Amino acid sequence: MPINYYIFLSLALFSIGIVGVLTRRNAIIIFMCIELMLNAVNLMLVAFSKMHYNAALLAGDTATIAGTDGQLFVFFIMVVAAAEVSVGLAIIVMMYRNIHSVDVNFLNRLKH
Amino acid sequence: MNALILSAILGVVLMFSGILLKQKITIRYIAFLGVLLLLVVNVMEMCGTVLFKVNTHGMIYFDRFALLFNSIVFLSVFIYFILSAKDMEKVGVNYAEYFTLIFFILCGITLTSSFKSLLILFLGIEIISIPLYILTGSDKKNLKSNEASLKYFLLGAFSTGLMLMGIAMIYGARGTFDTTSINMFVEEKPSALMIAGMLLLLFSMSFKVSAAPFHFWTPDVYDGAPTVFTSFMATIVKAAVFIAFIRLFDEAFGVLQSQWQLFVAIIIVATLFIGNITAVFQQSVKRMLAYSSIAQAGFMLMAVYAMNTDAKEGLLLYAVAYSFATIGIFAVLIKMKDYTFDGFNGFAKHQPVLAATTALFLFSLAGIPLTAGFLSKFYMLKAVMMTGKNLWLVIFAVLMAAVSVYYYFRVIQAMYFKEGEAQSLEVSPAFKWALVALAVMTIILGVYPDILFYWLYF
Repeated sequence: MPINYYIFLSLALFSIGIVGVLTRRNAIIIFMCIELMLNAVNLMLVAFSKMHYNAALLAGDTATIAGTDGQLFVFFIMVVAAAEVSVGLAIIVMMYRNIHSVDVNFLNRLKH
Repeated sequence: MNALILSAILGVVLMFSGILLKQKITIRYIAFLGVLLLLVVNVMEMCGTVLFKVNTHGMIYFDRFALLFNSIVFLSVFIYFILSAKDMEKVGVNYAEYFTLIFFILCGITLTSSFKSLLILFLGIEIISIPLYILTGSDKKNLKSNEASLKYFLLGAFSTGLMLMGIAMIYGARGTFDTTSINMFVEEKPSALMIAGMLLLLFSMSFKVSAAPFHFWTPDVYDGAPTVFTSFMATIVKAAVFIAFIRLFDEAFGVLQSQWQLFVAIIIVATLFIGNITAVFQQSVKRMLAYSSIAQAGFMLMAVYAMNTDAKEGLLLYAVAYSFATIGIFAVLIKMKDYTFDGFNGFAKHQPVLAATTALFLFSLAGIPLTAGFLSKFYMLKAVMMTGKNLWLVIFAVLMAAVSVYYYFRVIQAMYFKEGEAQSLEVSPAFKWALVALAVMTIILGVYPDILFYWLYF
């Protein structure tokens, strides 16, 4: 399958994530949209990694390790995203305890 | 490498000391010693003694610039601990954990100042950010702190997403994460993928340093966070992200300078304008300092724009001058009962030493000669002049620096020339001496900046 399909799919997912972050009002949904953005990046990295590997194979290098670093990066993103989720959910829970809502429209106390 | 590993170990040590030790003063002394140890091992590494030899396959490289910057950071953190560590007790019950998080942030800072691979850049920025989300929200019952923390978290994670997309696109265009190889790549015209990736990285880094169209989170977060931690993230963390910024654009995108230079110039103008003009209208000193940190970020971005020797030297000096002055002002601000400008009325009669040192730090931020702030601004402007184009940027920056004098001097005016009963908490003699020492260091650096640059070249 050509690489373009992967790029378009991943960019579409990423844009859905961005639009979600900008338009949604529920902190949990915003959070899910951010995760969607990160996973779009994962997909793109894996696709590019495969692309570089195939390019190296076509160039005649049969023992190539081209593209491995892209897949390794994906693991790092997963780990960091998990750490971020744990902190982020804790923050949302902390806020929920105080104002009994996860609506980001409540975030206006600091404007003045 | 010494400081990187030790800072992670010290973080764990402090985490356990929170369980094992009951006395807060012991924890505090462990933290003091920890930072001193970091400073010492880092200076040792500058002199050639490497305690830990780890093969990172060229992903991390400690050059003199990185090591000198790390030393500056550890020194600033040491000063920050001396001035403000006691005030962390008031934030919440998890005293040792705050130090733990700060040591983990220091670990991230050593990564961002020494990365050679975009993977390490990403990890460093995240290791800095995630503990900061926690520190921002550490005042758990306070709604403002909650709100600041959630806002910081959502926007920070969003900008991380942008940064990762940028990295993925660059990987697609170049097939590597190594900054040198990205720069070495020869092509006639940079591909759209590469340009898009670079711009995404530019935006996300501007976001992290709170440069202007992406600054909107800064005042709210700095205002809502407990003041002790605002002091930390407005100074040390910001300087560290700037080092990452300049390294990234120097090492990875140096070839493409013609592509991004105009964008950076626009960001600088917007940052200087919005930061300075909005700061004029603030009523709270804490919020004014938040906007002032945006304005100072505009000056520091000039180093990224110019990207020559003067810029790198100047950025180091700027990091020191700005960190010292802002840490000092925040340390005094924590002691105040009222954070508005009126809260400072008559402060000079009440606490002459504190008022005098605060005035000196404000002079330094405004860029009055004989202070480190003047020379650092001078180096930045000189660096832009050396590029030989876009001189309007220099003129604009000087005009904006003149505007900044207004809101910095409002504090001085309130302290010295207005009648009033400024309310402040009790301060110990040690605190006063530390402030005076910090002020003296600001002046020494303003007169002999070469003692800093000497370390850069030997």
